[in-house]
Amino acid sequence: MSKPIISVENLGKKYIIGKIIHGRGAPTFRDIFNQKLGNLFRRGEDRKKDDTILWALKGVSFDVKQGEVVGIIGRNGAGKSTLLKVLSRITEPTEGKVTIRGRVASLLEVGTGFSGELTGRENIFLNGSILGMKKAEIKKKFDEIVAFSEIERFIDTPVKRYSSGMYVRLAFAVAAHLDPEILVVDEVLAVGDAQFQKKCLGKMSDVSKEGRTVLFVSHNMATITRLCARSLCLHEGRVIMDDNAPTVVHKYLSTDCGTTAYRKWEDLQRAPGNDTVRLLEMQVNSGNAERSEIVDIRKSVEIKMKYYVKEQDAVVRPFLVFYNEEGVCLFSTTDFDSIWYNRPRPRGIYTSKLEIPGNFLSECNIIINAGLTTGETEVYKWFIEPGVLSFQVVDTLEGDSARKNNTTSYPGVVRPILKWESTQE
Amino acid sequence: MDKELVIKPPKGLAAVKLKEIWEYRELFYFLIWRDVKVRYKQTVLGAAWAIVRPVMSMVVFTFIFNKLAGFSAEGIPYQLFTFSGILAWNFFSEGLTGGSQSLVGSANLISKVYFPRLIIPAAAVLRGLVDFGIALAIFVGFMIYYQYSPTVNILLFPFVLIWGIAASLAFSLLFSSISVKYRDIAHALPYVAQILFWISPVGYSSAKIPAHLEFFYWLNPMTGVIESFRYTLLGKAYLPPHLLLMSIFLTVIIFIVGLITFRSMEKEFADVI
Repeated sequence: MSKPIISVENLGKKYIIGKIIHGRGAPTFRDIFNQKLGNLFRRGEDRKKDDTILWALKGVSFDVKQGEVVGIIGRNGAGKSTLLKVLSRITEPTEGKVTIRGRVASLLEVGTGFSGELTGRENIFLNGSILGMKKAEIKKKFDEIVAFSEIERFIDTPVKRYSSGMYVRLAFAVAAHLDPEILVVDEVLAVGDAQFQKKCLGKMSDVSKEGRTVLFVSHNMATITRLCARSLCLHEGRVIMDDNAPTVVHKYLSTDCGTTAYRKWEDLQRAPGNDTVRLLEMQVNSGNAERSEIVDIRKSVEIKMKYYVKEQDAVVRPFLVFYNEEGVCLFSTTDFDSIWYNRPRPRGIYTSKLEIPGNFLSECNIIINAGLTTGETEVYKWFIEPGVLSFQVVDTLEGDSARKNNTTSYPGVVRPILKWESTQE
Repeated sequence: MDKELVIKPPKGLAAVKLKEIWEYRELFYFLIWRDVKVRYKQTVLGAAWAIVRPVMSMVVFTFIFNKLAGFSAEGIPYQLFTFSGILAWNFFSEGLTGGSQSLVGSANLISKVYFPRLIIPAAAVLRGLVDFGIALAIFVGFMIYYQYSPTVNILLFPFVLIWGIAASLAFSLLFSSISVKYRDIAHALPYVAQILFWISPVGYSSAKIPAHLEFFYWLNPMTGVIESFRYTLLGKAYLPPHLLLMSIFLTVIIFIVGLITFRSMEKEFADVI
């Protein structure tokens, strides 16, 4: 067997988060001076407390084989981005060792180094060279990049006049044409409109089919399961899971609050949302059971969303998007029914419930992205929080579901009981 | 799998990887190209600014130092005398301010992409060569106008230019890396540049400095650079050999200190910027 293309051995990265650095940007001489002066009057132990040591990564070891697509998941601050930064040599590790056997391109952000004053054409060359492409290579791929970005008409316009969508498309088009053996990607797909996101995902799965090695960080569990065969889960700087993607994703989703069927955001400031509205709680119920992680295929499922409307007279529309574990989007649904539809709401806490009938979902792991749209239909803003809830749909094979007594594979993303009629001519 | 890259914790002071910088020469070129392109965007005068600035300085300095203060330049038209100083000074000061702020200004690049960081201040200093070239052409125009012919000393000009670049880069390396951690530099820099200007022989000759202060005056490496510019472009200047050597030596020292500071702080750039 050939050597792994990436070997990470006992990798650690330490940050010293002194309180001065925490407050505001870089410390000035005065800060240092004040601290040193303060230290004179303090005892040894106190002095140490000032410098909070944070191990962003600790004892991380894993190997990646050539052609593997590995998804890296974990909560904010788990060390995902630090890991990618070390792998792409932006920051240096404190301990341990990484061996990389191939050309790495890292994509931690789209459009790094874009200059607003320059035209699209000029930025393709600038950005391409920043990402490590040779000039000749960019020239060769130039037409392809422009075609991918769908902005042919504006290629000689300064990018500061671009819409944000155009900007992202151009930036991603350059990145998508990198030709490395190893591609390291941070959550860059969170930008751009849905259709373009899809195109990017398509491009990325092409990349992995070509036998390229990809390391991919995302908060979107559906994307992870769709793109990656294997997944690593980081927690507080350590690798806590390393297995096939669906297994890791499922376990990861269950670790929060002990269940995947309930989520609560304690800190309102950090809860998903914006200045108008924030999510508070999400829950899956089925039958008489609350917080059902496992749902009987025959029973209806209730999804409950609790949210806080911060802005007086805001018009709010909750919506949910359902994925299966392969990352296929099953359907989206928006609350158009309630008495609050298109009506300004007084400030306060609201609960919305969605009911999915029994005998509709297929046997699979369901992952839910939840979001809230605010504003009138013409001018609105929205946010979406990926992977807030997940549950498993199971068929107990008692013969009264859509598959009756059939125990073999029964494909399909949904499994409704439909009406058949057969007659003899 | 042609090459194997090992990423390990940094130990001590790594040597400057010239080979790697060479591999990234295209990026180096693109960064300069970007800055040159962007520089005069959305201005009415555009690249004419590169002409207007030195010529305005020349007019003002000639008026103040020559007409008001009555300084002379011993047979050299005063306009040419001061222009030669402005050439060197403008290149240096723009390199100094641009170079020193270059790392902080490229924070997003540094925290998102890997490349030898040395490229950033180097590109910021070298992009000044474009403006310098334009000003130099104007200077040649003035030489023709005043019918002042250069001497054989002009052959030494490339070496003096390299010295000027080295001086500018030396300070840029030092200040840009300190600036990543301590933003004080950004506040201090305009004053440092202003003070350096007054203690550099741009509008007057360093021969005017009293003998007992000469040593201190020449501690400013720009004194040597500017007088050498004059010596090569105009054929004569006040350039005592021992002070010249000291000035070159000082530039080398500052360059080494700058490089060491840069290299030792480089590994933290992405973390603290």
